[in-house]
Amino acid sequence: MPTAPAGTLYRGREGMWSWVAHRVTGVSIFFFLLVHVLDTSLVRVSPEAYNAVIGTYQTPIMGLGEAGLVAAIVFHAFNGLRIALVDFWSEGARYQRVMLWVVLGLLVVTMAGFLPRHLMNVFGAE
Amino acid sequence: MTAVLENSTDTSGSESQAGAVSSFQVTLKIRRYNPEVASEPYWEEHTVTAHGTDRVLDALHKIKWELDGSLTFRRSCAHGVCGSDAMRINGRNRLACKTLLKDINPDKPITVEAIKGLPVLKDLVVDMEPFFASYREIMPFLITSGNEPSRENIQSQADRDRFDDTTKCILCAACTSSCPVFWTDGQYFGPAAIVNAHRFIFDSRDQGGTQRLEVLNDKEGVWRCRTTFNCTEACPRGIEVTKAIQEVKRAMITRAF
Ligand code: SF4
Ligand code: FES
Repeated sequence: MPTAPAGTLYRGREGMWSWVAHRVTGVSIFFFLLVHVLDTSLVRVSPEAYNAVIGTYQTPIMGLGEAGLVAAIVFHAFNGLRIALVDFWSEGARYQRVMLWVVLGLLVVTMAGFLPRHLMNVFGAE
Repeated sequence: MTAVLENSTDTSGSESQAGAVSSFQVTLKIRRYNPEVASEPYWEEHTVTAHGTDRVLDALHKIKWELDGSLTFRRSCAHGVCGSDAMRINGRNRLACKTLLKDINPDKPITVEAIKGLPVLKDLVVDMEPFFASYREIMPFLITSGNEPSRENIQSQADRDRFDDTTKCILCAACTSSCPVFWTDGQYFGPAAIVNAHRFIFDSRDQGGTQRLEVLNDKEGVWRCRTTFNCTEACPRGIEVTKAIQEVKRAMITRAF
């Protein structure tokens, strides 16, 4: 805990941390898209260069990164719907916490469907 | 009052008598700041004896009155009415006079800091002027036009209930200074100003709704709100602050058409 000049971290609750997570996932998705647009546009430069770059992605580390990316997108998407409900549904503000647990539940379910297949592709032989 | 209780414990001769108030030691870790002495804030700890019925404010009083008279904080009513003593206790904004020590785990040192986002003047005292400036901007008074009324301005119960929640504000700034948007952008009107605008916008007797919505339609107005709900959690009056802000946002959209 820092003594000076910064004080303690504000102990916000679910609402604050979901906002932080929404920001963090949003920014990471943005940077992914930036890189993604760049590497995809390589195909117009030369197919060989494209293949070379895409080839460097076929590593376990990148595979885990992809899993993280999918988790970030899924969270950002579901939480975005939660925020829209908080904005436009008159009872949304009252149920924001419940809705966050629903978002996290849906995230777990989606990842449970996606991860086994994905990890088999990344680590499994063929 | 304490003296009477202590006497009754003495005469009964047993600590565990019903009605006896047990005492315990509590440490307060206070963030001190005095620009006349040092340019940096620092943490200071004091341990005092407290009772189960004591609030954080009582512990602060004990420190100020018995240990260190230089400790500076605001309080007036000491009963949750005036809104003077909002401070950050164990990392969350609360009123020191409404927070019982026993409710916030007195076994560990309790941290006490000034509220965030407003300039600290000394110890726990902040400059509230930016906060009140935003409050004044939303015109917190009844606006009507036409002839001076000759009889009461009657309102139905349902119309009164529409804005009941936001009439409870005591302008303590716990909400505004819990808002991450306000910390980084001091120009943002902040939850308290919007709560008090809500109190008039949804009052059927008021005719200044359009003007108030115009003020809050600013770049630094309601649209800055990111619904982190820190304000709602912090409000010592239990006002559903974020809900009120969302209602103002929606009024801005629906009344525009
Ligand atoms: S809305 Fe609640 S937290 Fe905000 S100033 Fe009013 S009483 Fe204090
Ligand atoms: S001292 Fe008045 S509200 Fe706490």
